[in-house]
Amino acid sequence: MEAVAFYIIAAIAVFGALLMITRRNPLAGAFSLVVSLIALAGIYAMLRAELIFILQILVYAGAIMVLVIFTIMLLNLREEELEEPPAGKIKTLIILAAVAFGCYGIIKVLSGAPDEVPRVPENFGSVEKVGELMLTSYLYPFEIISVVLLVAIVGVVLLAKKVI
Amino acid sequence: MITLDHYLYLSAILFFIGVFGVLFRRNLIVILMSIELMLNAVNLSFIAFSRYTASMDGHVFAFFVMAVAAAEAGIGLAILVMLFRNRRTVQADDLTLMRD
Repeated sequence: MEAVAFYIIAAIAVFGALLMITRRNPLAGAFSLVVSLIALAGIYAMLRAELIFILQILVYAGAIMVLVIFTIMLLNLREEELEEPPAGKIKTLIILAAVAFGCYGIIKVLSGAPDEVPRVPENFGSVEKVGELMLTSYLYPFEIISVVLLVAIVGVVLLAKKVI
Repeated sequence: MITLDHYLYLSAILFFIGVFGVLFRRNLIVILMSIELMLNAVNLSFIAFSRYTASMDGHVFAFFVMAVAAAEAGIGLAILVMLFRNRRTVQADDLTLMRD
């Protein structure tokens, strides 16, 4: 049952991602990417990552993609400004992917990653538990991330403003 | 049964689709979206490892990656809007100012 759900969700995620890089119109690509991101949120739910599941939908599929779609609509590209879809480059992709998966197989054989699914407590990945970890062991990275976001806000305002 | 390998392969496939988008598309918006896809693939690895080692540190890192991705998307799109305002194009091929 779990396997069936995994394969369906994974297929949706890969399909959405493939559509994203092959569509000529960036708006169609953006909507395909939203589908892919929501499918990934489903995978996070299967992995018992409650907080990340919610954040994936709110932040990624919500906030970031709305920003991207806003920008696409703002630029309002005309038909002749769109590029032709990539063709005849599939061979390069297949070679690249084969090399990468080969490397992955070698690493897998050498390292022997854990295959057993360990038992985890009921509240694994809950907002409370992850938040606790974030504000104890990872307090300094957490503070630095807030500074990064502040700098990003100031930078975006500076960049996008016409006259400062 | 779904093992760690399944999740890692899915993550690798998504990452590669992202790499392909960055390498072969010329539209800067699509390139930015491909970068988002690559960051998501990395997040999937973090969450999968975190589940299979029964420790929640991966969740915290995934959270940080999301925050950086949000900052990156904001800055990237602001640069894009500025470029379009000055050069009237969002095709990477037309932006060769540094080469000429």
